[in-house]
Amino acid sequence: MKLNGAKILLESLKREGVKHIFGIPGGAIINVFDELYKQKDLKFILTRREDGATFAAEGYARSTGKVGVAFVTSGPAATNTVTGITNAYMDSVPIVVFTGQVPTNLIGNDAFQEADITGITRPCTKHNFLVKRVEDLAETVKKAFYIASTGRPGPVLVDLPKDVQTDEAEFNYPESVSIRGYNPTFHGNPRQIRKVARIIAEAKKPLLYVGGGVISSGAHKEVYTLAKKLCIPVFTTLMGIGAFPETDELSLGMAGMHGTYRANMAIQHCDLLISIGARFDDRVTGKLSDFAPHASIVHIDIDPASISKNVKVDYPIVGDAKCVLQEMLPLFDEYEKDWKEIRKPWLEMIENWKNEHKLAYVRDGKTIKPQYVLEKLYQLTKDIYPIIVSDVGQHQMWVAQFYTFTRPRTHLSAGGLGPMGFGFPAALGAQVANPDRMVINITGDGSFQMSMQELATAVESRLPVKVVILNNGFLGMVRQWQQLFFGRRYSGTDISVQPDFVRLAGSYGIDAFRLEEEKDVEEGLRKMLDCSGPCVVDVRISREENVYPMVPAGAPITHMLLV
Amino acid sequence: MEYIVSLLVENKAGVLCRIANLFSGRGYNIEMLNVAPTMDPSLSRMTIVTSGDERVLEQINKQLNKLIDVVKVVEYRGRPYVEREMALIKMHTDASTRAEVLRIVDIFRANVVSVARDSYVIEVTGDSGKINAILNLLEPLGIKELARTGKVAMTRGG
Repeated sequence: MKLNGAKILLESLKREGVKHIFGIPGGAIINVFDELYKQKDLKFILTRREDGATFAAEGYARSTGKVGVAFVTSGPAATNTVTGITNAYMDSVPIVVFTGQVPTNLIGNDAFQEADITGITRPCTKHNFLVKRVEDLAETVKKAFYIASTGRPGPVLVDLPKDVQTDEAEFNYPESVSIRGYNPTFHGNPRQIRKVARIIAEAKKPLLYVGGGVISSGAHKEVYTLAKKLCIPVFTTLMGIGAFPETDELSLGMAGMHGTYRANMAIQHCDLLISIGARFDDRVTGKLSDFAPHASIVHIDIDPASISKNVKVDYPIVGDAKCVLQEMLPLFDEYEKDWKEIRKPWLEMIENWKNEHKLAYVRDGKTIKPQYVLEKLYQLTKDIYPIIVSDVGQHQMWVAQFYTFTRPRTHLSAGGLGPMGFGFPAALGAQVANPDRMVINITGDGSFQMSMQELATAVESRLPVKVVILNNGFLGMVRQWQQLFFGRRYSGTDISVQPDFVRLAGSYGIDAFRLEEEKDVEEGLRKMLDCSGPCVVDVRISREENVYPMVPAGAPITHMLLV
Repeated sequence: MEYIVSLLVENKAGVLCRIANLFSGRGYNIEMLNVAPTMDPSLSRMTIVTSGDERVLEQINKQLNKLIDVVKVVEYRGRPYVEREMALIKMHTDASTRAEVLRIVDIFRANVVSVARDSYVIEVTGDSGKINAILNLLEPLGIKELARTGKVAMTRGG
């Protein structure tokens, strides 16, 4: 039986196991929305801006590992998705964005709401497609999901001209797909794995450097086994938070620009750095020539282009972290060593660093310190493992530092691109995917104002996301740089002119209240957590609180400004 | 360091753009580029001349391999290969220069492919050195126009 393109699209998505779609309709995708209206299997979540739709699709994908899907129309809607797509590209998040397009006979004519979105997104997608014939649609959807979700995951955009949505074709969904230019490597080279196992077994001061790839590949258990078995201390990147329990004695927390003293010192003194699913980002390495000066470097990554991109790697293994570690772990049984004993001197050094400059802040008993809010929130929620979604800025670093994460996919953060406004819509997407979990968006007053239109989405789709605005009336991270490096010239960073967030949320019918003193924090957070629907808490924090430690940009990571 | 890389790519719209984007987005430079379909019409061969240090060249190679539309990347470093370029050169000619131009064409085993009252079009094929050499000799005689291709390359043997 012949189906029109719009119907073929929806049937194809069902075959891919899609349940939820985020987006906004428009003229060039109206036929798809018409088919969406006629069916019940796919649930549509209407956002209020298209970047909100892509961020929500990302939150969905980041919290589950499943592919997030967005539908938007052509032109301005398509261009509004570019930030979300770039964000997904930088953080290797699997999403597929479907954009409407003007009919094929009008492409290139500067038609109304036409934009060359495949041209625009070529550098920020893993791959993209312009579907020109309805006969190609089903196979293109299959390819899009395959590319987005395999290898190093990433965003794929599919541009759908209006006539492709209305034309009819036989619907045959391909069982499998093979693309001759795309063959991701999953299994590492066995000889190289054996060699690396020996190098790790022989190291005196090894250190595990765990990135977001460990979460993408679901290798957290294998990493835990490796660390515990050989007594290897572990630090994570921002994206790797949750891949190793921060409550474990081997955890050093996050390293880098705002990393812990102990993690940065350990990098400086280790003799073997074992990087798994991380990409040696400048926010982790600081000045490259001074990074891990005494260490040989092992790098396990699914993306060969990540290896030796920034730092020369001595022992590369290309493959999926989980596959590689599963093949490597049994090899350590050949070594009859007392790892605890061997590791003693190294762990003692680390123990000293742990006690030297702990993450700290100064309380005055009255003004609310953001770090205090996060510590309290952790105490109140540690048994329910909420999904914490941060936005971008100072609060993002405080979340990374002061909330204690123990499980993968419970910390969602836009690490690579750092788009303000990510947090709230991403939290909505995470809540859609995890209806029974507590989802909390920690945001700043600056970030929240870039996405607060999505309050309507929370109400309409009944998403009980909790929003904690750490409100200092500043674009705080920029202000901090201005304070430290630009002689306190607060150029453009004072945003104390802002809406009354409590009344704003109230106007949407959302529960909201304000916290202004430290003594009210615990009770306020409890009240928020008890709220059955969405809730916005405007927390007035000390205005000029800084994120410490801080390594100035371009300095070696041991040059830390401390509290 | 000059680096020649040859790619088998899907022969479809937008592929050249993806490759050019990759170079510009990562700050690499394309010095020469040549594209044409292969015996298999669904594939094109692209020969790119670029330059960079060891680390950059390795990255270029890996990043090209990552593109979905790139089926194969062949690099020529450390292997015997032949490379050729072609140039079409329009020479201003009159009674006083015709003989000299023809002599040079003969020495370089080039061809005159078009003749007019006051000009020749010369076709010459060879490696960059040879093309540069003939241009050097012809220049004083009056080059009116020059069209030069990028390199194509192929490994020897096997």
